[in-house]
Amino acid sequence: MSAFDELYQEIIMDHYRSPRGAAKLDHVPQAMAHENPTCGDSIKLEVVVGAGGRLERVRFDGHGCAISTASASLMTESMHGLSVADARERADTFIKALRGEIPASVLDEMGDLAAFKGLTSFPVRVKCATLAWHALLVSLPRVTTPGA
Amino acid sequence: MQEKIQLIGPRSVEDIRSDFPILDRTVNGKPLAYLDNAATSQKPRLVLDAIRVYYEHGNANVHRALHTLGEEATAAYEEARGKVQRFLSARTSREIIFTRGTTEAINLVASSWADTNLSRGDVVLTTEMEHHSNLVPWQLACARRGCTLRFIPLAPDGTLNMAEAERSWDPRTRLVAVTYVSNVLGTVNDVKSIAAMAHRRGAVVLVDGAQAVPHMRVDVQDLDCDFFAFSGHKVYAPMGIGALYGKEKILDAIPPWMGGGEMIRSVSLEGSTWNDLPWKFEAGTPNVEGAVGLSAAIDYIHTLGLSSIGKREGELAAYARERLSGVRALTQYGAAPRRSGVFPFNLGDIHAHDVAQFLDREGIAVRAGHHCAQPLARKLGVPATVRASLSFYNTFSEIDRLVDALDGALRFYA
Repeated sequence: MSAFDELYQEIIMDHYRSPRGAAKLDHVPQAMAHENPTCGDSIKLEVVVGAGGRLERVRFDGHGCAISTASASLMTESMHGLSVADARERADTFIKALRGEIPASVLDEMGDLAAFKGLTSFPVRVKCATLAWHALLVSLPRVTTPGA
Repeated sequence: MQEKIQLIGPRSVEDIRSDFPILDRTVNGKPLAYLDNAATSQKPRLVLDAIRVYYEHGNANVHRALHTLGEEATAAYEEARGKVQRFLSARTSREIIFTRGTTEAINLVASSWADTNLSRGDVVLTTEMEHHSNLVPWQLACARRGCTLRFIPLAPDGTLNMAEAERSWDPRTRLVAVTYVSNVLGTVNDVKSIAAMAHRRGAVVLVDGAQAVPHMRVDVQDLDCDFFAFSGHKVYAPMGIGALYGKEKILDAIPPWMGGGEMIRSVSLEGSTWNDLPWKFEAGTPNVEGAVGLSAAIDYIHTLGLSSIGKREGELAAYARERLSGVRALTQYGAAPRRSGVFPFNLGDIHAHDVAQFLDREGIAVRAGHHCAQPLARKLGVPATVRASLSFYNTFSEIDRLVDALDGALRFYA
């Protein structure tokens, strides 16, 4: 498989064409958007934490390249049901793996996110794939648990 | 398009391409089609050989050594300055200061000139189409000097709205900083008229010539600009060398920028006096290798002839414009009557990065992003565009390959 095909593999193209967790989030102010200055992409997140302190719903609103869209889509799926601490750790691990700070093999234990292993040959695209995850890390501390 | 025998002056394009070793390589199993010339140009063997020969035969520090190598290196460095002077049609080589490139040249003016000529409340006028290198230095200078930065607006066709600029001219405008050719839209600005307008109103003019010098003859005396900046690497020379042209009387009147060796006449512990022009502005050991490479690149351009280069690039641009306008779902930006071979576009709602990545798979190198001109990208209403930019060594068949690959990208991302 060529490096290009590794990057744009079927699972990524599927999430790009039909992103999960995509929504119009007009109630989230634009000032909360997270931006990738190299390509002008911008993303807003909505994170809902349930009474048990677990992530009930993560949705995103933004436009970007296939890689950033697929990454945001896969992220919303992979966060479902995690505690805030686990969500933070997962995002941290994903970002570190793509940046090459820890072995990319950790992605093998992260389900469909393993599709991003091909990205390590494209350092310029790492920012695309991590945009949503950086946005999540920024959003998590602001999360308030209903009833808390 | 069927390749006829294409000529640049008396030489075939194929022969000229063989001057550029890199054009032989493959990318992802396909022949390289290098369409990112506005970012940087490829280097002919003449330039690569000049650098090698310099290090194999003549390397020494300049303006210091009393030995043979030192004298030869100094001669080569100063000969390069003379080449740049004639290349820009400057009056004297005292007006040519070697820099790392356009950015450093503009920063020199935005520091030395700005700190001695701008007072609180003054205005610096630039345009909405500038590269960050001709915008951010002025933001910094204006912040330091308490000045206001104003902008000549962009008209919808990608030209500068000069009528509006004249109408809203602020009498406190001290300097106009304008690009000769837009790196995003390819618009060729009428910098001669802009200089005349600014001079009538008592402002000085800096021209960012980075995107102009590879494609057209530049005559700084005819333009009558006060400063002109360009980079060697866009004009077939190495990276890390460029030049600032400045009118002698202005350069004489402003203080040095960086301090160090070379730029001084005499130094005591209490203070120093400055060297003559142009060395007053060249602190430290200069990039002699770069100057030698730039000198060779100018020679190379003269062997082809700037008018032959212009004619060839005009033909390629006309063909590219026609072929690209036939691509389904492709939006082109900019419609200035005078444009260089720069083609910014988007393909349907496919992100520019994805388009560029797909083209790379086909061996085609283009740029994708905001092209270091974020305000212009915002003005166009598109965060990112794909940009194909031409040089004389490109071919009609490379443009055909681009068009075919764009059709492929439309199918792939559908």
